[in-house]
Amino acid sequence: MQKPQTPESAPIVKKRISDPLPVQIVLIGVTLLFFTGFIFLPLGLVFAQAFSKGWEYYLESIREPYALEAVKLTLTTVAIVVPLNAFFGVTAAWAITKFNFKGKATLKTLLDLPFAVSPVIAGLIFVLLVGSRTPFGSWLGEQGIKIIFSTPGIVIATLFVTFPFVARELIPLMEAQGRDEEEAALTLGARGWQIFGKITLPNIRWGLLYGMILCSARSIGEFGAVSVVSGHIRGQTNTIPLHVEILYSEYNFAASFAVASILVFLALLTVGVKVTLEKQFQKNSFHHQELP
Amino acid sequence: MTLFQKKRRNILPGFGLSMGYTVFYLSAIVIVPLSMIFFNTIPMGWEPFIHAVTAPRVLASYRLSFSTALFAALFDAIVGLLTAWVLVRYRFPGKQFLDALVDLPFALPTAVAGICFATLYSPVGWLGETLAKWNIEIINSPTGIVVALIFIGFPFVVRTIQPVLEEVEQEIEEAAQCLGATRWQTFRKILLPHLFPALLTGSTLAFARGIGEYGSVIFIAGNLPMKTEIAPLMIMSKLDQFDYAGASAVALVLLLISFSMLLLLNAVQEWQQKEYR
Repeated sequence: MQKPQTPESAPIVKKRISDPLPVQIVLIGVTLLFFTGFIFLPLGLVFAQAFSKGWEYYLESIREPYALEAVKLTLTTVAIVVPLNAFFGVTAAWAITKFNFKGKATLKTLLDLPFAVSPVIAGLIFVLLVGSRTPFGSWLGEQGIKIIFSTPGIVIATLFVTFPFVARELIPLMEAQGRDEEEAALTLGARGWQIFGKITLPNIRWGLLYGMILCSARSIGEFGAVSVVSGHIRGQTNTIPLHVEILYSEYNFAASFAVASILVFLALLTVGVKVTLEKQFQKNSFHHQELP
Repeated sequence: MTLFQKKRRNILPGFGLSMGYTVFYLSAIVIVPLSMIFFNTIPMGWEPFIHAVTAPRVLASYRLSFSTALFAALFDAIVGLLTAWVLVRYRFPGKQFLDALVDLPFALPTAVAGICFATLYSPVGWLGETLAKWNIEIINSPTGIVVALIFIGFPFVVRTIQPVLEEVEQEIEEAAQCLGATRWQTFRKILLPHLFPALLTGSTLAFARGIGEYGSVIFIAGNLPMKTEIAPLMIMSKLDQFDYAGASAVALVLLLISFSMLLLLNAVQEWQQKEYR
């Protein structure tokens, strides 16, 4: 089955031109130095600080009621934001990649808009839209609905910030896959939902999963936007990153880094999952190439 | 191929539904809220607007955000190119580990990065203590802001250069070598021009992100008025004083800067694609 086109199986293995060994050593050394200063030391510091008052204080800091409330609020936010943005991402990717229409490029640019907006501005716009000093906000207030300085505000701001993640993963993927398979299913008599459920969804599942993971990572970690709309009420509107900030500004460094270590752990997990999924991707695309 | 695609009709179902929902959701979450910036700035009138955005403290914050983001993007361009080069071209133990960790700044919450660098460079911190002996102060200074922004922007550069560098055909380099070019000449005259668009894209993304960055910066910056107050922090403090018009005025200028950066980038990329095809 092996075809002789791949470089691995070619009879003569070409030697790749490379730099002299001393150059390699120096360049790798400089890179490692940068990584030490900007990645390894900060990571090490988090755990050194988190455990600076001992194992028990660490557990106490992350099990304290305010910390648990913060975790709960963050999880609630993620549970609302990720499905909404994932559903939107799939819908938008379907509209953009399965049809031809005018203004497609503009629509794609608009989808990326939140990436160009400072997190603080992302918070600001919702204060301007539904804050208690705006007409709409005060009307909502009369109805007994509070958005800013409460959970809905945090959810909306996070929705905005993480808006493009899933769509951005899916659009290039679905563009590359084309629409032949779906159209073949259509001619064979499949209905719309059947096509989506049996053809499209299995094809995009890894990309969708990866987009959702990026979306959750950002939802958990978002600071600037949430900071504007939260009002920093302990036990009520404090997410995990805001709780870290409060502990830090109270000079309670050990507790602050202890809570931060949860976020570091989640970040490392995200990076790990990314690597795993990328390998899965490569395997899948390899299968596709082998088929014909 | 393109001719064929243009003739192709839309036969799959669900266009109206998916398009309608996309436009609705986009408007509700992004377009309408963002337009509030304009609706809050327009009633101000021209003169108060100019007054608000040219106040000395605001101007100083723009200058600071702009210059620190620029320095960080330049530094990232160099380190990012170096990292991408090392990760694509060399083999060494732990390479995959490093490659994976490039994404850490994307995944790590900005506030955590902020407190890490603030503690690392504090006068009693692991790095700050040594630097203090040489009278180098990182914390509460623009240098500190640059440090935080370097961290935030780093993956943008690496991840845009890496795929381009992977696809460079070996034959080009071989040809250059056969014609008598040294390694350095090959790099400078052949590879660097080829990588330049990606390098520009990556550092512009890092720059645009740096201008708006908030979480990682405020902990290390010290936030001294006129000295280490970044533009997003100006918006924040105007909001705290309930000066909504002033906050949106400052935000509008910041938005216009980032949007024009990204439009410029799109134009450069289109021009580049035309050059190559």
